[in-house]
Amino acid sequence: MNWRAVQAIYAFEMARTGRTLLQSIISPVISTSLYFVVFGAAIGARITEIDGVSYGAFIVPGLIMMMLLTQSTANASFGIYFPKFVGTIYEILSAPISYIEIVLGYVGAAATKSIILGLIILATAGFFVPLHVEHPVWMLAFLVLTAVTFSLFGFIIGIWADGFEKLQVIPLLVITPLTFLGGSFYSISVLPPVWQTVSLFNPLVYLISGFRWSFYGISDVGVGISLGATLLFLALCLAIVWWIFRTGYRLKA
Amino acid sequence: MPSIISVSNLSKTYASGFQALKPINLEIRQGEIFALLGPNGAGKTTLISIICGIVSPSTGAVTVDGRDIVRDYRAARSMIGLVPQELHTDSFESVWATVSFSRGLWGRPASPGHIGKVLKALSLWDKKDNKIMTLSGGMKRRVMIAKALAHEPQILFLDEPTAGVDVELRKDMWGVVRSLRKSGVTIILTTHYIEEAEEMADRIGIINKGELILVEDKAELMRKLGKKQLTLHLAAKLETVPPNLAAHRLTLAGGGSELIYTYDTRGERTGITALLSDLNKAGVRFRDLHTTQSSLEDIFVDLVRRGP
Repeated sequence: MNWRAVQAIYAFEMARTGRTLLQSIISPVISTSLYFVVFGAAIGARITEIDGVSYGAFIVPGLIMMMLLTQSTANASFGIYFPKFVGTIYEILSAPISYIEIVLGYVGAAATKSIILGLIILATAGFFVPLHVEHPVWMLAFLVLTAVTFSLFGFIIGIWADGFEKLQVIPLLVITPLTFLGGSFYSISVLPPVWQTVSLFNPLVYLISGFRWSFYGISDVGVGISLGATLLFLALCLAIVWWIFRTGYRLKA
Repeated sequence: MPSIISVSNLSKTYASGFQALKPINLEIRQGEIFALLGPNGAGKTTLISIICGIVSPSTGAVTVDGRDIVRDYRAARSMIGLVPQELHTDSFESVWATVSFSRGLWGRPASPGHIGKVLKALSLWDKKDNKIMTLSGGMKRRVMIAKALAHEPQILFLDEPTAGVDVELRKDMWGVVRSLRKSGVTIILTTHYIEEAEEMADRIGIINKGELILVEDKAELMRKLGKKQLTLHLAAKLETVPPNLAAHRLTLAGGGSELIYTYDTRGERTGITALLSDLNKAGVRFRDLHTTQSSLEDIFVDLVRRGP
């Protein structure tokens, strides 16, 4: 393994976060705080509790998960797309590094940023609602697994995209709507039966449900199924990344 | 000199069906400066990109110091530094950071001493903390070279290294290339500036339409293909070449005031003595004479026009 190369890519990507602190960290924190004000205070005044948890506290895992999904995808997709866009990818492709090392560097940095962001949002939430984490180890496990999985997903988007529009289209038109419809702000048990069934086709329901279980011990679907769905998506992303590098798709002529 | 890069039957056909390289065989000798000349779209960059791992070959194989570039890519690539044709830079990074990044990417331990030495050699030392976006085009070109040298490569590919660079900077770069060669680095350069190849290369390869037309020692190439011309400045103008001089295939130029005789330097006899004797017999007097030799540019243009 060329660990120095992994470290170089990782440090380079983390340094980019440092340069864009406002965009990378502060902006999501402000957005989350606004969600707390709008959903927690305004709607929370009408919906007092869900499954015995105050509404403000109930939405915390959903909010963290929403930021985790969008930021992991955005960070990783931009991380690999930008060298393609400016042409510096030539250096990555001509360096004595394996595809695994490239992925470790880019995806590792994107996932790290998302995890840090998730923890910052968790701390921010503590200012608005009393926090309680019933299964902290599982909470961290879901946090890390989701960050890695969606960083891989973002990496795939970054390779696939051949323009800034494509870079934005999946996060904006797929991930964000699915997160909103995946039970970030409600329990799917409050939906009519038909919509409950429809919701089960939304893969993000399983991620949000599992993450919420780690906080309060309540979930829309079994935690084992949530974990299985997360691992399945991780495996799918790994398979696609493996195929990309095997074929050189959108990387090599 | 032993060969350090060996290219065997290498070809590249893109998905569009365009054949960028027809099967090519080439040996690059250790420690030489090899100049690859060819018009735009000839396949120079494709060939370099395949050797460096950026483009996958369709057929054939390349070894770098005996290591296959596909099977043993780590060992092969670790020896190579590449300066691409385009100015691909991380605009928001500092010079120092981007050059250090390149060293790390090649798996080399941090070496501020070496990075400093490279930056000084390329007159970038006082710009080391500047963001690349603030540098001029010429400076960015130097940064690209510094990045390629960051990991102390044994082979350096320079794809149009002096394109868009002013004369002074170009000569500076020639100095850098020469000192690299002196330190044992093998250099392969593509260029549009024939004088660059003429000035620096040990051997020349000419590529056209994806085909390697010729590979030759530069001095030998110029000797083999170089035509010499003898120009006679006549004392009195002529309207036509006198019939008894027809065997010498003379050309009348300068409105009848010059006679040009073209001869081959490879020939055992140049025919100059016979020509001068015949001129005397024909009563053609001349005031002055001079000789010129084909430049590499003339040879290049001639070969490319003739085609593969």
